[in-house]
Amino acid sequence: MTTISRDEVAHLARLARLAVTEEELDLFAGQLEVILTSVARVGEVAAVNIPPTSHAVGLTDVFRVDVPRPGLTQQQALSGAYATEDGRFRVPRILDES
Amino acid sequence: MTTELTRLSAAELAGRIHARDTTAVEVTQAHLDRVAAVDRAVHAFLHLDARAALSAAAAVDEGLRRGNPPASPLAGVPLALKDVFTTVDMPTTCGSRMLQGWRPPYDATVTRRLREAGVVILGKTNMDEFAMGSSTENSAYGPTRNPWDLDRVPGGSGGGSAAAVAAFEVPLAIGTDTGGSIRQPSAVTGTVGVKPTYGGVSRYGLVAFSSSLDQGGPVARTVLDAALLHEVIGGYDALDSTSIDAPVPPVVRAARTGAAGDLTGVRVGVVSQFRGEGYQPGVLRAFELAVSRLRELGARVVEVSCPSFDHALPAYYLIAPSECSSNLARFDGMRYGLRVGDDGTRGAEEVMSLTRAAGFGPEVKRRVILGTYALSAGYYDAYYGQAQKVRTLIIRDFAAAFERVDVLVSPTSPTTAFGIGERVDDPLAMYLSDLCTIPANLAGNAALSVPAGCSDDDGLPVGLQVMAPSLADDRAYRVAAAYEAARDAADGGPLAYRVPALEVVVR
Repeated sequence: MTTISRDEVAHLARLARLAVTEEELDLFAGQLEVILTSVARVGEVAAVNIPPTSHAVGLTDVFRVDVPRPGLTQQQALSGAYATEDGRFRVPRILDES
Repeated sequence: MTTELTRLSAAELAGRIHARDTTAVEVTQAHLDRVAAVDRAVHAFLHLDARAALSAAAAVDEGLRRGNPPASPLAGVPLALKDVFTTVDMPTTCGSRMLQGWRPPYDATVTRRLREAGVVILGKTNMDEFAMGSSTENSAYGPTRNPWDLDRVPGGSGGGSAAAVAAFEVPLAIGTDTGGSIRQPSAVTGTVGVKPTYGGVSRYGLVAFSSSLDQGGPVARTVLDAALLHEVIGGYDALDSTSIDAPVPPVVRAARTGAAGDLTGVRVGVVSQFRGEGYQPGVLRAFELAVSRLRELGARVVEVSCPSFDHALPAYYLIAPSECSSNLARFDGMRYGLRVGDDGTRGAEEVMSLTRAAGFGPEVKRRVILGTYALSAGYYDAYYGQAQKVRTLIIRDFAAAFERVDVLVSPTSPTTAFGIGERVDDPLAMYLSDLCTIPANLAGNAALSVPAGCSDDDGLPVGLQVMAPSLADDRAYRVAAAYEAARDAADGGPLAYRVPALEVVVR
């Protein structure tokens, strides 16, 4: 019923920013095929006029009193960083140089 | 003496500590000794902090010595925390290489409430990576073993918490339940595990897997202990926008009422969808025996059909991966956690892809890819959209059922603990472990697993699942406590004490 190609898995992995090996592609394509065929059973349910539920409890906007409260210090926020510079996160370049 | 302390329930330990018959330090040391003796075999803990635990225990003793009342009914009692809750003084890895050694800059609300209640946190427990799995084999730090049979899994994702409690390393633990990750491990390790009503326990500082389903809850060896812990961690939290602003259901009172053993007038529904093909015969026999005990206690048992539960598993394996693919986007190697390939030439996007490839294990990758697929244009309506409609139908099935009965019951999991390695290469077989637990996550109502003896075909623990409406968690506790008392009386003592003596096991 469902088919997911190796190329499609590679494309999805790129979208999800996951570098995958050739072996992983072979493995995942087969496994995802089996999983998708199984989960496609949700399509058997006649769902005309059934509203979707995204959340078990009704979500409403939650507000708090507009008064300042302490947050993380700069040092705390940077405490888990791989690299910092001048009190900021140091990250690889984000724009292509070419 | 110290061995004896580890055999006591949390309620008994607290009683002795608060009466100053023993000290929290002595109790903590006894449990640390037990961990030292058995955890090489069980591997329930990823991190242990003996010094911090003993100092927290000493603070409880000091308060009592000064004549202060205990901070809570569980002050001084040791606990193991699933490694998915943030802790400022201990690493929080979520069982992933991505967060190896990460020290969060803040405590989860659950962590904070435990500390304020004087509960002594011994350490952090092993889990399937980011709580995705049903066996704890997906941990980047190696599997946890089931204390009942070290060649079998302790369930998952909270296998570490369940195994720690079953192996008498702690009387209490905290788990999280997205599709059964508290209840299924409890079922296969002979412990009590509760998934409170969604929104009943704060998710602040609980590293998100599937936000609309994740819920923290207690693991214990008795129903009363679970209830005592539930009241410590439960209740409204302004830091969690999905937290329910209502009093915690009176679960401790319900557990005490239930223990008196009278279920006269309680209407119990047996879910007709949860038996038959795919269920281990010994599990079904144990379940039938449990149902007949409920009948003996005065409950009125009827059969209840919930037809959309048949589609709960596929709906879950679309909704949970979809939410996970979005939630786990935060692990990008930029602000915290692992970074791989930052050699000064590669750009952020490539570093991100390499980081995620190295930091995530196969199950997390599978689910991220699956979720990305289910949410992509062209497939959204057929998969994610349709799964959300199934979710509505499941909520309606529960609502209709709870008009007829007070609680629903089923086996917690279709089988007992399976062998380590048995299902790792077959994701679908692994997913089936959560067949009976998933509906309560999708609908958000309360559900628990209480030991229902052992399966007569392999001698391993079976769980009885009791499901109650949202915010009626106390109903499940009452039924479970009554059943527990009757089962203990019939079996000549709690199931938990029949776990093999691990010290003699040499591996």
